[in-house]
Amino acid sequence: MKILVVDDEADVQPLFLQRFRKEIKNNEFDFSFALSGEEALTYLHSAHSEVVLILSDINMPGMSGLELLTHIRHDFHNPPPPPVVMMITAYGDEENHRQAMENGANDFLTKPLDFNLLKEKLKTFTE
Amino acid sequence: MTVFCFVAAFLLIRRLSKRYRTTHIYLKWSTLFNTATWVVIVLYIAVQAFLEDGVDNMLGAALLLGLLLYVDKEPDFKGQKSYLQANFPLVGVSFITGVTQLIAPVFYDKHDNFFEFATIASFVWIFSKWANSNKQEEELRIAAERKAELEALVSERTAELVKQKENLQEIVEELKATQDQLIQSEKMASLGELTAGIAHEIQNPLNFVNNFSEVSMELIEEMTEELNNGDKDEAIAIAANIKQNLEKIRHHGQRADGIVKGMLQHSRASSTTKEPTDINKLADEYLRLSYHGLRAKDKSFNANLETHLADNLPLANMVPQDIGRVLLNLFNNAFYAVMQRQKADAAFKPVVEVTTSLKGKYMEIRVKDNGTGIPDSIKDKIMQPFFTTKPTGEGTGLGLSLSYDIVVKAHGGKLDIRSKENEYTEFIISLPI
Repeated sequence: MKILVVDDEADVQPLFLQRFRKEIKNNEFDFSFALSGEEALTYLHSAHSEVVLILSDINMPGMSGLELLTHIRHDFHNPPPPPVVMMITAYGDEENHRQAMENGANDFLTKPLDFNLLKEKLKTFTE
Repeated sequence: MTVFCFVAAFLLIRRLSKRYRTTHIYLKWSTLFNTATWVVIVLYIAVQAFLEDGVDNMLGAALLLGLLLYVDKEPDFKGQKSYLQANFPLVGVSFITGVTQLIAPVFYDKHDNFFEFATIASFVWIFSKWANSNKQEEELRIAAERKAELEALVSERTAELVKQKENLQEIVEELKATQDQLIQSEKMASLGELTAGIAHEIQNPLNFVNNFSEVSMELIEEMTEELNNGDKDEAIAIAANIKQNLEKIRHHGQRADGIVKGMLQHSRASSTTKEPTDINKLADEYLRLSYHGLRAKDKSFNANLETHLADNLPLANMVPQDIGRVLLNLFNNAFYAVMQRQKADAAFKPVVEVTTSLKGKYMEIRVKDNGTGIPDSIKDKIMQPFFTTKPTGEGTGLGLSLSYDIVVKAHGGKLDIRSKENEYTEFIISLPI
């Protein structure tokens, strides 16, 4: 399963690769990374059919995660099924949550990420 | 006619006595005045009784003349000159009368009316002079009184002014103390605005520290397993990962450390120690702090941050926390301006830019936003203390005024503004290298 992780913090990449090393080894998950909303869109334009799930930070300079979400829901609704989008934010407040859900997010997670919980959630989406 | 000279001498002595009765020199002269009075009277009686006509007049004239010369020479009786001079005609007339009586008694007898008239006239002259000098003295006395009154008034007013000046000085001191307090509270207020930004900034590295250390513990367990299984290559690969993770932990630990140190520096009372500072790092750091601080308050807010940082900048001497406060202030203003514009136009895309460059002997830091801009009508006022366009309670009105003081007065730099209403605002800080 191809998962795209969007976060402006570069160290998120080695962290995900290590946290999910067993799953990667077992070919359960395949991670790609983007450092901004813009980069994520470019990537999706070239390879959107492969991406099954998108994990995106909300607070990023430039295009925010919420804007990215809107773009994804507008531009990539077919072929079915559309990608699953999970939003991540350090500000786990009602307003962000409401906006994420209104814009078509499938889930909403707050930092610091609980990787065990994330693993379980990812597994439910793959099943 | 001898009597006139003696009367004039008598009057002169009495007049002097009366004139100086109220002064400090009277003690010295009082006895002499009294003695002289009696001497004049006794002399007159003696002269009348024993001397023949002519001689008495000459003696009277000599007596008066002697007295006049004596008084005139005496420094204690200065200021009596015009009155003394009024006596000389009488001296002259009496002398001539006396001489004429002795030398030409026939001529004298024939014209005695003329001589008597001259004597009386010169005596009257003394009186008229005396009256006149009395009048003058009276005027002088009044003038002196007025002068004294005026002087009293002046010293009263001076005392009032001195008191007012002291009051004002006290007020100025109070104002200075209040200003210091305001500066400190402005610092604390901007620290408050920073708190959310700082929390966010610290949270990120802390998450990495926690995550990488957790993963490393798992990796060590795996490495042990691999070693037990005898797979040395896999164990070495895992060890390399652990090493990389420890480096990440250290890196993010230092990042958090730097943020906390910056925060402490910001809240500290003014320091004046200038140190070589990397302005790019400072600008980037405070741009992020300001942005996240604002986002913590208004989660839906998002702006495009653009940094154009010149890589040829030398380290410049400055008080980093003070310049940091200036930058924070300008960034906060920039974000405020784009937020205001966004409220009016939902499709508006906020952009806040920071640009650093080298301009001869100066380094330039430009903070630009595409917000509401500054109307021409208030451009002159925005640097004034307590001027703010923010609603009551939101801005102290001290931000730009303090920024100006820091850049211009403390660092010898310049702070310029360019702005167009509803298009952009750009603050340009120039600091000498």
